[in-house]
Amino acid sequence: MTDEIAIEFAEVTKRYGTAVAVDNISFSIAKGEMVTFLGPSGCGKTTSLRLIAGLELPTTGVVRIAGRDVSQRAASERNVGMVFQSYALFPHMNVLENVAYGPVIRGEAKATARARAHEILEQIGLAGLSARLPSELSGGQQQRVAVARAIVQQPDVLLFDEPLSNVDAKLRRKVRGEIRDLQKRFGLTAVYVTHDQEEALAVSDRIVVMQAGRIAQIGSPRDLYERPASPFVADFIGDANLISGQVSGGRFRAADLDLPMQGNEGAAQISLRPERIALSPGSGSPSGKVLSCTYLGSRWEYEIETGFAELLASRPMTEPPIAPGTDVSLTIPDNAPIRVA
Amino acid sequence: MTTDALRATRAARERLVWLAGLALGVLVLPWHNSVPSGASPFIPSALGLAADGRGWLWPLVLVLPLLVWTGMRDAAGRVFLTLAVGGFVLLVAQGFAVGLRGPSIDWMAGVFPASMQGQTGFGWGGFVSGAALLGLIAHALALRGFCRGDRFAGSAIVFIVALLGLFVFFPILKLALAAFVGPDGELAFAPFLARLFAPEIWRLDCLTGGRRCGVVINSLVLGLLAATICTTLGLALALIVSRTSFRFKQTLRALSILPIITPPFVVGVAIIVLFGRTGLITVWGAELFDIRPTRWVYGLTGILMAQVLAFTPITFLVLLGTVEAVNPTLEEASQTLGAGPVKTFFKITWPLLRPGIAAAFLLAFIESLADFGNPIVLGGGYEVLSTRIFFAVVGARYDLGNAATLAMILLSLTLIAFWLQQRWLGKKSYVTVTGKSDAGLASTLPFGLRGVAWAAVIPFVLFTLGVYAVVLIGGFVHDIGRWDLTPTFAHLRTAFAFEIGAEGLEFYGSAWNSMQTTLLVSAIAAPLTTLVGIMTAWLVARQDFAGKNAFEFGTMLSFAIPGTVVGVSYVAAFNVPPVDITGTAAILVICFVFRNMPVGMRAGLAAFAQIDRSMEEASQTMGAGGAATLRRVVLPLVKPAVFTALVYSFVTAMTAVSAVIFLVSARHNMATAYIMGRVEAGEYALAITYSTVLMIVMIVCIVLIQLLVGARKLGRRREFQGQTTPAE
Ligand SMILES: Nc1ncnc2c1ncn2[C@@H]1O[C@H](COP(=O)(O)OP(=O)(O)O)[C@@H](O)[C@H]1O
Ligand SMILES: [Mg+2]
Repeated sequence: MTDEIAIEFAEVTKRYGTAVAVDNISFSIAKGEMVTFLGPSGCGKTTSLRLIAGLELPTTGVVRIAGRDVSQRAASERNVGMVFQSYALFPHMNVLENVAYGPVIRGEAKATARARAHEILEQIGLAGLSARLPSELSGGQQQRVAVARAIVQQPDVLLFDEPLSNVDAKLRRKVRGEIRDLQKRFGLTAVYVTHDQEEALAVSDRIVVMQAGRIAQIGSPRDLYERPASPFVADFIGDANLISGQVSGGRFRAADLDLPMQGNEGAAQISLRPERIALSPGSGSPSGKVLSCTYLGSRWEYEIETGFAELLASRPMTEPPIAPGTDVSLTIPDNAPIRVA
Repeated sequence: MTTDALRATRAARERLVWLAGLALGVLVLPWHNSVPSGASPFIPSALGLAADGRGWLWPLVLVLPLLVWTGMRDAAGRVFLTLAVGGFVLLVAQGFAVGLRGPSIDWMAGVFPASMQGQTGFGWGGFVSGAALLGLIAHALALRGFCRGDRFAGSAIVFIVALLGLFVFFPILKLALAAFVGPDGELAFAPFLARLFAPEIWRLDCLTGGRRCGVVINSLVLGLLAATICTTLGLALALIVSRTSFRFKQTLRALSILPIITPPFVVGVAIIVLFGRTGLITVWGAELFDIRPTRWVYGLTGILMAQVLAFTPITFLVLLGTVEAVNPTLEEASQTLGAGPVKTFFKITWPLLRPGIAAAFLLAFIESLADFGNPIVLGGGYEVLSTRIFFAVVGARYDLGNAATLAMILLSLTLIAFWLQQRWLGKKSYVTVTGKSDAGLASTLPFGLRGVAWAAVIPFVLFTLGVYAVVLIGGFVHDIGRWDLTPTFAHLRTAFAFEIGAEGLEFYGSAWNSMQTTLLVSAIAAPLTTLVGIMTAWLVARQDFAGKNAFEFGTMLSFAIPGTVVGVSYVAAFNVPPVDITGTAAILVICFVFRNMPVGMRAGLAAFAQIDRSMEEASQTMGAGGAATLRRVVLPLVKPAVFTALVYSFVTAMTAVSAVIFLVSARHNMATAYIMGRVEAGEYALAITYSTVLMIVMIVCIVLIQLLVGARKLGRRREFQGQTTPAE
């Protein structure tokens, strides 16, 4: 990874009529980096991706690819590769023709274009399928052809729009691993859109969390999980208990909860991960009562009623379960709570 | 080459082409279609004419160097765009500012004395410059982000809008203006009002026992009656085909295209042969009842008969679609809830059919209003709007103002019906086709209704068979009009005699001339129509641009304009400069292209709805511009739509009459106009022969087109389209 900037958004806004799909966002992506746009449906991920591709042009703001302002430039005149949700393979061309399409269009001789396509297909392990039509391929194979087609041109950036949504749930882990390997092997800059936080955590160097057309937070997967900047991010990435209370004299207080906390005095909100809450039967402070206890194979999940919130707690399955209705005391390490507001 | 360099060279090359076109158009090519009287330029281009004292051309000429200069510096800048737009505005303005007989703006005569001599219409120079300026406008817009920066799509929009403006809206506007022109050539309200409220338009005498009604009343009565009968018959046919164990469904569907390839007039002639004063049926009936045979069929009755025959297939196809879309599970549900078949039909099926019925009714109504061929043959004294318009332009009493007024009335009626139909169709889509399933079997028609349906259909079928029997044999017997059925090829020889003599192939027949023109014009018009139609569909379906709704509405509107109105509007618009192209073969082609293009567009829209848009986007991200994407990805996938559009536009061009009848000339006569002449002269056999030959030629051409486009190879691709899901 170098520090050269591959993609840059400067105050980019995209409106459809009066509706704002992307609202004044700025960020940059380094060369060779894999960045994920993550957020709930309708938050503007696809639109942002299409703004990079040139399939949409920004209403205001500047998009730069490899240092050049491409804001008003058509998709065909940027050097991007894109893997579509539906793969979008051309049904009337065979695999080789599909992959050679880009080089041919960009003016390469047919023979060279085919040779190049063949080479890529070999590297991806699809050389044997060259003569097949897309309709004669399995879903996973189609997806790999789509990737081959997108990278054959050595694009400045490779874009993925929810590439796993048409893949079998069981295969997803494997395919996303392949995508990540490929990206690293070819040293590609990649932007990946998903609404699945686990997927995002698994494949990204950095994640851009989006909310209603804006950027909620940018950071590495670990940053986002361990230091969410807002209740939204805390809640969206992994499970989180959001607790409102007051900070005064270096302590955060809410009902019988009392934790050390630096920062501004006054109203505050903290995020508490379920696995950081230890439970022991009996009374203590803070205290709670088990509402439910669910067996999830690898762990126990509890709903606990307390004086300050209804909490989600999760304990390893190696601990004995605690029956619903039992009074418990909670143990929370000092570094567990993250102040999010 | 890097993408950047490639982009820069491509854009620069395109800009160069447009600028070179403009230079050619302004500096070299003759600006007018003939040198204006009194001018003697060293070269008849805009430059030459401007130097020759026609100074109003200077601004336009000077735009060229300015465009070249700014284009080299900053083609994406505002100045370049402004210059291109300004140049185009100047071009249009100078065309209208000075007419054939002098300036239309008073101060021009003072500033430019030469303008008193007038100027002729645009020639190659004018048209090429106009096209080049439009190309530059689109180029500049695309560089500024129009159409997501796609220069091809941008140009397509600009050009299609300009063409629609010139060949659809400008003529209608001129026509509307012509309605206000008084006898002395002045624009005024009074003559328009006088024409609008003339008694021969609105008179209701026929109702009160007087003699004749006004033309509007006649047209409305005819339209309503025809629509009612056609819809009833169409519904009866649709119900029989889909709700009984009728076995010849495919045959009936195939036969329903017959009226589309039937040339105009021939049905009318067949009706005269059967029901005229000496017609077989008339004579037979007269003998049976011992009365004198009369000319009873001429007038409302005859026109109605012909229109019912011609338009019932249309209502049938619409209603068949509607009937088949009714979800059988709804009817099953009703029956399981205890309703009998009759009750189910009237409580469930009928309400679901109603929007489709309304749509079919309005469609037949529009067709009837626009019909020209049948009223002119069978009308007798029963005048309708379309025939009256024709005689006001072509007859001895040339009166464009009156024709224009009548045309505006006809247009208003059609547009109202069209608007109503769009509303009904809009509703239809969410009333009937929800979760259509193949699971349930459609319930059969209740017994009583089945009887009614057959009772309606049988006479219609017999009538149709009779008419087509006459058409089939009429051309090859001695005199079908007098029922002299001696077989002969004499008529065929009269029309299409040829000889292989010393000079090679020689054509003697009287019909060759019009046949050649018709084939040539249709063969040129069909691919152009398809191109414009499919392109327009692509723009509407795939591009986002300001004014898209208006654009779509405009194209659909051009479909609703009756042919007669188009014909007069072309007469009103293109007889005089700046665009005087009447009498050319080009105006025939243009007329067909813009009349039939909405069909190609609809076929295209339906096809595009089936194809995932991301395939085109994929093509774009791989470096293909709009043109390459269209050619390599879109067209191969919409072949069936291309086929439909090609066939339809070809066939309609071969058989159209209402608009071209105003536009044919001695040099460029069309088959239908020739046939009309034969009918008027009473040479029925010749008319029928020619029509038969036309129909055979059309069928052969359709087969050829099918082979060319290869519509059937697509079977396997269809299933692929189903598996792609639309992007989120
Ligand atoms: N072509 C369009 N026209 C109008 N609104 C759109 C269009 N595309 C997206 N939007 C709107 O913009 C918002 C963001 O959409 P999108 O980027 O597709 O969200 P995501 O991919 O995050 O689910 C949504 O509210 C969507 O309805
Ligand atoms: Mg999306």
